[in-house]
Amino acid sequence: MKSKSLNQPSASLLDKLKERNVRLTLISILFLCLFLNYADKNFNAYQVRVLNLCAIYTVLGLSMNLINGFTGLFSLGHAGFMAVGAYTCALLTMPVAVKDQNFFLAPINEALRTLILPFPAALLVGGLFAALIAFLIGAPVLRLKGDYLGIATLGFAEIIRIVITNLQTITNGAIGFKGIPAKTNLWWSFGIAAFTTIFLFWLIRSSYGRALKAIREDEIAAEAMGISLFKHKVLSFVIGAFFAGVGGGLLGNLLGAINPLLFRFTLTFNILLIIVLGGMGSITGSIISAFVVTIGQEALRFLDQPFSLGFIQVPGISGLRMVVFSALLMLVVLFFSRGLMGTNEFSWDYIINFFKKLSKPSGKPLSKGGIK
Amino acid sequence: MAHLKIDSITKQFGGLTAVKDFCLELQEGEIIALIGPNGAGKTTAFNMITGVYAPTSGKVYFKDREITGLRPYQITKLGIARTFQNIRLFKELNVLDNVLIANHLHLKSNLFEAVFNLPRYRKEDREMLDKSLSLLEKLGLADLRNEKSSSLPYGQQRRLEIARALATNPEILLLDEPAAGMNPKETEVLTEFIGQLRHDFDLSIFMIEHHMDVVMEISERIYVLDYGITIAQGSPYEIQNNERVIEAYLGVNGDA
Repeated sequence: MKSKSLNQPSASLLDKLKERNVRLTLISILFLCLFLNYADKNFNAYQVRVLNLCAIYTVLGLSMNLINGFTGLFSLGHAGFMAVGAYTCALLTMPVAVKDQNFFLAPINEALRTLILPFPAALLVGGLFAALIAFLIGAPVLRLKGDYLGIATLGFAEIIRIVITNLQTITNGAIGFKGIPAKTNLWWSFGIAAFTTIFLFWLIRSSYGRALKAIREDEIAAEAMGISLFKHKVLSFVIGAFFAGVGGGLLGNLLGAINPLLFRFTLTFNILLIIVLGGMGSITGSIISAFVVTIGQEALRFLDQPFSLGFIQVPGISGLRMVVFSALLMLVVLFFSRGLMGTNEFSWDYIINFFKKLSKPSGKPLSKGGIK
Repeated sequence: MAHLKIDSITKQFGGLTAVKDFCLELQEGEIIALIGPNGAGKTTAFNMITGVYAPTSGKVYFKDREITGLRPYQITKLGIARTFQNIRLFKELNVLDNVLIANHLHLKSNLFEAVFNLPRYRKEDREMLDKSLSLLEKLGLADLRNEKSSSLPYGQQRRLEIARALATNPEILLLDEPAAGMNPKETEVLTEFIGQLRHDFDLSIFMIEHHMDVVMEISERIYVLDYGITIAQGSPYEIQNNERVIEAYLGVNGDA
């Protein structure tokens, strides 16, 4: 969340600014921890669940943004990778008794029955498995471009779902799992969201990140500059799928019950909504948007119930709140096609300059705007 | 040993032969130009050298090593960099990033080292930055390093494209119409600039160009393509007086 200022004042001033930004970031993290601690103890189950969802959608949004926003690959396979992660993680965390209860149609595969891992290990395995699947899918599919890639990845996500539906002895088929231990708590979800944020921020800042952005900007030029398109596209796809798998695992162990229908295209669409609203190619944009959309979906629940507009009585239409998001998406695409943040990132310099300008309208800003 | 040797490459698109039996030898330190009317197949020839197209037949050698059919990024890695006829900068990124990206191909650190900023990567990153800044300094773009590349004036964008190509550490530079869309004054500056590049960066240069003043002034030899066929080759003086070249450019004296 630091940013280099555009013009370069003296080195000591730069160091000072950097130090200040680091301090502000640390203070915010401290406040976040205090808030989480408070929320953990005082919030009701519903509120905690919404907060968890916010963090999980942050992980999912970021991972999709890496593929779609930073590398410019039009991939719609996210729900598939999440399904892989969620099923893997659930299978590895459910106690034997719960597994026996779930698999009443056909007995569970014997090797999987007694295989139980601690939650973090299960999340990791879920992520790695999703990454492996992405690697296998990516090798043929990433040779496609644009819409064709979108259609192919969408198709593969659907294939993953169908395979899961039919692997009776491993995934329990269409019934799915119930009674998945609720291991996801605020610390896990926010911790992993923070890790994802930092990892992606570092990745994007590195030379590899620049190469990914180059591919987004112009594939032909990027290849002419010596960047192996295939290698870097697969890299981005696999890392994105890893975090999607981890996010899926968190989601499964939060909800407690999963089945193949949960991982339909609409789930991918929800995440797509988040990254388009937040700005394709902005890490902080995705985070803000994940929170806004998730909390918004809950806050707008009153629209699903019958309500009166004064002159007209609206009967309860379930799903009406989603219309708000569809309309919002249309508005954003038509008038603010770059989303909330575009490709910019939140920075302390920008916030501070903003307040400085407010308090001293004629004053010269310290640097030419932190956002770039 | 020729720096770049092209052994009768042909490219057919379906029934259309875009380039037929094109041969060329570029010696070390030479500047060669390829000219010809629109649609003569110049850029196709370029694209075959840089790996964008695989030739239908024929071979390309870089310092006696065959490079036919390699991917563009592999060819760039070996030491042949190019610019594009219609500028292809990374538009949304700033000038410095554009040049830094061209350094990526020589990066030895793996993804893990890069993400977690481990010592080897930190050292490489610093070297890339220093190298890019000094390159921008040399090409007079240092003050613009934080500008978005698409916001640069046209001439500077061309210059940045060359800077970006140079950042890949090439031995051979291929310029596809570097003076396209430039006025006479800018063209003059560019001509001098290209000559200087050859000395400063030890380059062999092969370029496509329409501006005869550029071509005649700095190239040692000229190849002329028309409808995919090499109709002439030789020194600028020979080309200027070659009847077939004049015909190709101005049309045949018909009986009309």
